[in-house]
Amino acid sequence: MGNKILGIVLAIIGAFAIGGIAIYRDEPINAMWIVVAGICIYTLGYRFYAAWITAKVLSADATRATPAERLNNGRDYVPTHRWVVFGHHFAAIAGPGPLVGPTLAAQFGYLPGTLWLLVGSVLGGCVQDMIILFLSTRRNGKSLGQMARDELGPFGGLAALIGTLMIMIILIAVLGLVVVNAMKHSPWATSTVAATIPIAIFIGFFLRRIRPGRVLEGTLLGVILLIASVWGGGLIDHNETLRGYFDHAGPSLAVAVIIYGWLAAILPVWLLLAPRDYLSTFLKLGVVGLLAIAIVIMHPTLKMPAITQFVDGTGPLFSGKVFPFVFITIACGAISGFHALVSSGTTPKLITNEQDIRLAGYGSMALESFVGIMAMIAAALLDPGVYFAINTGSGIVGTAAADAVQTISSWGFPVSVDQMQDLAKEMGESTLFARTGGAPSLAVGMASIFGTSFGRGLMSVWYHFAIMFEAVFILTTVDAGTRVGRFMVQDLLGQVWKPMGNTSSYPSILISSTLIVAGWGYFLYIGVIDPNGGINILWPLFGISNQMLASIALSVATGIIIKKGKIRYALVTFAPLAWLATVTTVAACQKIFSDDPKLGFFAGADDLAAKLAAGTLPADRIASASQLIFNQNLDGWLTVFFTIVLWFVILDMLRVAYCRMTGRALPASSEAPYQQTQLNGVTGAAHA
Amino acid sequence: MRSLGQMRSAAKTVWECVRTVTGDNAYDRYLQHHEQTHPGTPPLSRTAFYDESMDRKWSGINRCC
Repeated sequence: MGNKILGIVLAIIGAFAIGGIAIYRDEPINAMWIVVAGICIYTLGYRFYAAWITAKVLSADATRATPAERLNNGRDYVPTHRWVVFGHHFAAIAGPGPLVGPTLAAQFGYLPGTLWLLVGSVLGGCVQDMIILFLSTRRNGKSLGQMARDELGPFGGLAALIGTLMIMIILIAVLGLVVVNAMKHSPWATSTVAATIPIAIFIGFFLRRIRPGRVLEGTLLGVILLIASVWGGGLIDHNETLRGYFDHAGPSLAVAVIIYGWLAAILPVWLLLAPRDYLSTFLKLGVVGLLAIAIVIMHPTLKMPAITQFVDGTGPLFSGKVFPFVFITIACGAISGFHALVSSGTTPKLITNEQDIRLAGYGSMALESFVGIMAMIAAALLDPGVYFAINTGSGIVGTAAADAVQTISSWGFPVSVDQMQDLAKEMGESTLFARTGGAPSLAVGMASIFGTSFGRGLMSVWYHFAIMFEAVFILTTVDAGTRVGRFMVQDLLGQVWKPMGNTSSYPSILISSTLIVAGWGYFLYIGVIDPNGGINILWPLFGISNQMLASIALSVATGIIIKKGKIRYALVTFAPLAWLATVTTVAACQKIFSDDPKLGFFAGADDLAAKLAAGTLPADRIASASQLIFNQNLDGWLTVFFTIVLWFVILDMLRVAYCRMTGRALPASSEAPYQQTQLNGVTGAAHA
Repeated sequence: MRSLGQMRSAAKTVWECVRTVTGDNAYDRYLQHHEQTHPGTPPLSRTAFYDESMDRKWSGINRCC
């Protein structure tokens, strides 16, 4: 009864908030409308849809012993309290993706991205994460790749493995690009980010030698040092000699990030990766909480229009119409295939009771989606002119500030050189023009929110704190991703030649680390020398690969649901799958076949080649032209490859469904057999 | 109105939760488990346990985009 009343109240408030967003379309609205609508929708989704899926589709059984209980070894299989599992899982899935994607998608206005974040997560992303977590828990914590192989067939397994490796390479490259663009010619940002490395190493020694395993003490010490490094970066920035050491162009910073990534992959984890991750997790949770409080205190008015003219595909941040590209640009925060890898990794080994899966799986993703909403608010509260001036590459608006403001103002988003200079000065930067990648614009937005709520005098410190926060976060993903990529390469190479598969052999570690770093390093370097900013090429490629992975995960889930004889519920995963397959395929086809050189990869390559042959390219662009042509062709073929893999997996799933419906033989379910729980506090009454 | 004792025990639960999420008490929990399942055998040292848990944690995918 209480549940029903709560539902009705939430539905009314939510409908009222969404109605507000819809009605105020032609005048600026307050961010609180979006916050309230979001909270209502997530809560409704969690209380009703997720509960229904858990009970009816998954038949979660409170009396069934989970792997954490049956295989409890006190190490990775440990029955854990559900709020602790929630914290673990959220820390694992939340990365820089939901911060960058919505920032970029704000070029369409705040409305398309916000709606997709809300609807996509409640009906797609949260459902995917929860169901994959459930299926993996029922299979003793098997990975997505193993489940794909067991339940669909060897092809599905191979597709999941290769898909994961490819997405990892593109992901690290695009995130590296975001960091490099944030540090470009910014001594403050560069010195602060550089300082995070010795700080992490010091904490690494602290946690291993001085106070082994005292994570809280180490993290607290490290966070104090990180905040001091933001302040120290300001001192360096004000010193003429010192700032020269940290003032670098994009390409040299890219090389530095590449060398760093390679070292991080071969060094012992306790030295760099583990301590950096403790710091980044702490900052992540702290900043997310602080941002939510600050947004409520500031309750800013959104200056970005609900919908801009760029929904027609002429946007300066990235090309392509709002359909399908808003759904590609915002992957993390709405639905992210990568989460399926985490949901079938560590988390299933911690679940005490199947009833807890709703909170960890569905709840964590709803919170991550809310982080995406906050990023969208941070982008939309900026003057649109400022937003476009920061985020548009010099290849589109020119390198001169006067040209840039003129072009951007002609789009109907007035901005002046003085305004940009004042803003840059306030943030402690020399310029904010063409700082593509999303991080600087997000940092300006976050600095405005924090500054307005907690004290305006420290804007430049807030800005660089935000940059440091994003960089720490991203470099953790770079470290962790390179390491996991290294294991995958070793696994793949080990199947060809056994000694390469030995994960502790030094030659094997060096070769496979070099291979994986060369892979993402290549895309990163090309992105840095691209005059259009690189993000407009790499981010859609990342979105397409991430959505392909989500489609694989949803295919596995749909296949298993059908195999269990619950075909009438298969729409729960099949509907998001159909939607993702549609948007991904349409986006991929446009990227492959479009004649527009800004949109199509091959068209872009041909256009550049024609200009090079005709001699119409400016002198400074000739040197990089042949590399960019090769890269656009490569990106085109990668997109073709992703699309083929996507459809093969979907067809494999449909084959399984067909066999099930016509009563043909199928591989048996890989579910672990039922065993009754011995843990206290669970009664048979909860048996669904 | 809750008694002081209740509030203290609630605070303790929250603190234990924080320690568990961060992994701060992982070694204590391992010792407890070891005591129950393999009594009489020597457990890993604090450093050895930390090394082993780091290797285990970072050999799979547990961080996302």
